Amino acid sequence: MSASPLIEIKDLRIRFHGDDGRITYAVDSVDLSVANGATLGLVGESGCGKSVTSLAIMGLLPKQSAEISGAIRFDGFDLLKTSDQTLRDLRGNRLAMIFQEPMTSLNPSLTIGDQITETILRHRGGSRRSARERAIELLRRVHIPSPERRIDEYPHKLSGGMRQRVMIAMALACDPRLLIADEPTTALDVTLQAQILELMRELKAASGAAIILITHDLGVVAEVCDEVAVMYAGEIVERAPVDELFSTPQHPYTVGLLGSIPRLDHRAEQLATIEGMVPNMMRPPAGCRFAARCPFMLDACTKAPPPLVEISPGHLSRCIRAPLERLVS
Amino acid sequence: MALLEVKGLVKHFVAQRSLFGRALAHVKAVDGVSFSLEAGKTLALVGESGCGKSTVSRLVLRLIEPDAGTVRFDGRDLLSLDAAALRKFRREAQIIFQDPYASLNPRMTVGQILTEPLALHDLVPPSQRRERVAEILRLVGMEPRLERRYPHEFSGGQRQRIAIARALAVEPKLIICDEPVSALDVSIRSQILNLLRELQDRLGLAYIFVSHDLAVVKHIADHVAVMNLGQIVETAEADALFAAPRHPYSRALLSAIPVPKPRAKRSRIVLQGEIPSALTPPPGCRFHTRCPYVAERCRSEMPQLLPDGIGHATACHRTSELPSSEAIVPVDGGFSPVLEKLVAAFSGGPEAVRGSGVSSLGTDPA
Repeated sequence: MSASPLIEIKDLRIRFHGDDGRITYAVDSVDLSVANGATLGLVGESGCGKSVTSLAIMGLLPKQSAEISGAIRFDGFDLLKTSDQTLRDLRGNRLAMIFQEPMTSLNPSLTIGDQITETILRHRGGSRRSARERAIELLRRVHIPSPERRIDEYPHKLSGGMRQRVMIAMALACDPRLLIADEPTTALDVTLQAQILELMRELKAASGAAIILITHDLGVVAEVCDEVAVMYAGEIVERAPVDELFSTPQHPYTVGLLGSIPRLDHRAEQLATIEGMVPNMMRPPAGCRFAARCPFMLDACTKAPPPLVEISPGHLSRCIRAPLERLVS
Repeated sequence: MALLEVKGLVKHFVAQRSLFGRALAHVKAVDGVSFSLEAGKTLALVGESGCGKSTVSRLVLRLIEPDAGTVRFDGRDLLSLDAAALRKFRREAQIIFQDPYASLNPRMTVGQILTEPLALHDLVPPSQRRERVAEILRLVGMEPRLERRYPHEFSGGQRQRIAIARALAVEPKLIICDEPVSALDVSIRSQILNLLRELQDRLGLAYIFVSHDLAVVKHIADHVAVMNLGQIVETAEADALFAAPRHPYSRALLSAIPVPKPRAKRSRIVLQGEIPSALTPPPGCRFHTRCPYVAERCRSEMPQLLPDGIGHATACHRTSELPSSEAIVPVDGGFSPVLEKLVAAFSGGPEAVRGSGVSSLGTDPA
């Protein structure tokens, strides 16, 4: 980790206030940082808070219902305290995001050219013609064939993989410093997934932007990330360099996740399963949030929330039984 | 004799009609597909979206009518069955869909959902149906008392269990699983995969498993058929295919599997270009527009699916000339030694850990 990370999240907490007065504790005490040019994987299952965290970074959570505290430092700003105007200047410019569903995040009534040039004109100004040239250049960079022709097409004319590439082109329009990609390949076939991952790697090498990759696919994480944060029930339960996470995970939840993926190399009769269900986030448990599903649980686990502790340099775990090796040696 | 034998299946959907209803354009969804499946075995159909794998699974059940070809199930010609006989057949072949949120009637309780097939096929006398429902629920790992609940009260994984229970209610010989775990989270997915496997062992079920997740396919399938634009391009035993895929399309597909191992050894083949439209599939080999090994002949002449001595069939003119495919499938190396032990302990439950002589260490939290 370099001395001054590009983005630093400190003690981020997000609560949603429902119409009925009930509170959902979506994200709790999340600390994260990403260095320039690094890729952080944010992993977890549906509802663990990974997408909400990214929306908080982008300032896209609804003001009426979301109560956010903590700090998100990016480029000299605290994103949680900046004005809407400043946020608008940052978004699409130094801070960009790619969403999972390219069909719903592109405007169906505008050509892809209109949508890309809009971003360029908003942040960079200049003439329409130069913006259009830049847009064509961007489409070429994401390997869209005959971009001069494609630029005047509407999103529905493009295949899923092409649309995702348009989304990426748009995100790259102003050379962002940080790119947040929320499940960018989940809706795609493996062959297209391979193309998009290759493209993201290429672009990272070329631009030096940092990437936060949100995904539930540990295979994708292993391929593109330098560091990984595993989230469970609104908390980060483990953070580690990618190699260590896959070789010596230090949180039982991570062990369960890794054990539950079918492997190509050996045909296990039974895959590991994580019994039980995620806790109700309106009443998160007092102790460790994973305790009820954890085969390594002790009485102490349910008494107090475990802190996120460094087990080895750069490897943190929110489990009082870590290092886990000693449980099986 | 094979349980299911499919020969020369063809289905073209009309994509566009003239003012007077004449068909102007067809989507060649399935174009000459043949395969067979033994009782108690799993055949996986894999390929990209739009390759026709879901259409094949529906044709096999006669949920849609084919334009040509034959389907023989347990010796009977499916396509000649009348309505009554077809209904009888439906008892023997069932389907599970991808989205358990859409495939269960939200207005029916679990009990009603599971009783319906029993009543329709008059399998169990009314007085014993409750008992049978309880039995089926236990079979899929759910408690019988849950029968009074509605689908919305369950998580995605539980709903998929209910969908499986409904399919099992009529004691079928074949279940078509159309992307049954694609909509589920990783940890839930493994529960459903384990369940499908266990039920197969216990009940001797045959599965047609439609999926785009190749690691899952490797885990569950005995045979695999790789489809591209409505045709099977390669079919083989799962182990043989994953050890050495032959068709250039299978090679690209398998080389792209993301594996949970950083810096895994791989030689990824990234296909260039787009998937051609099924409205106007390319002439000759339908893969030739994206194939890195394309030759002149491929552009005009359609290759036949030719089996070798051990039943590994490939539809490619250049099968014998292609480079070795040994290092194509990424090597994930399995678990690290520590992870192996941890996963075993995790799966063994509390006893496995507490009984492993670590309690003296484990009781003092760091």
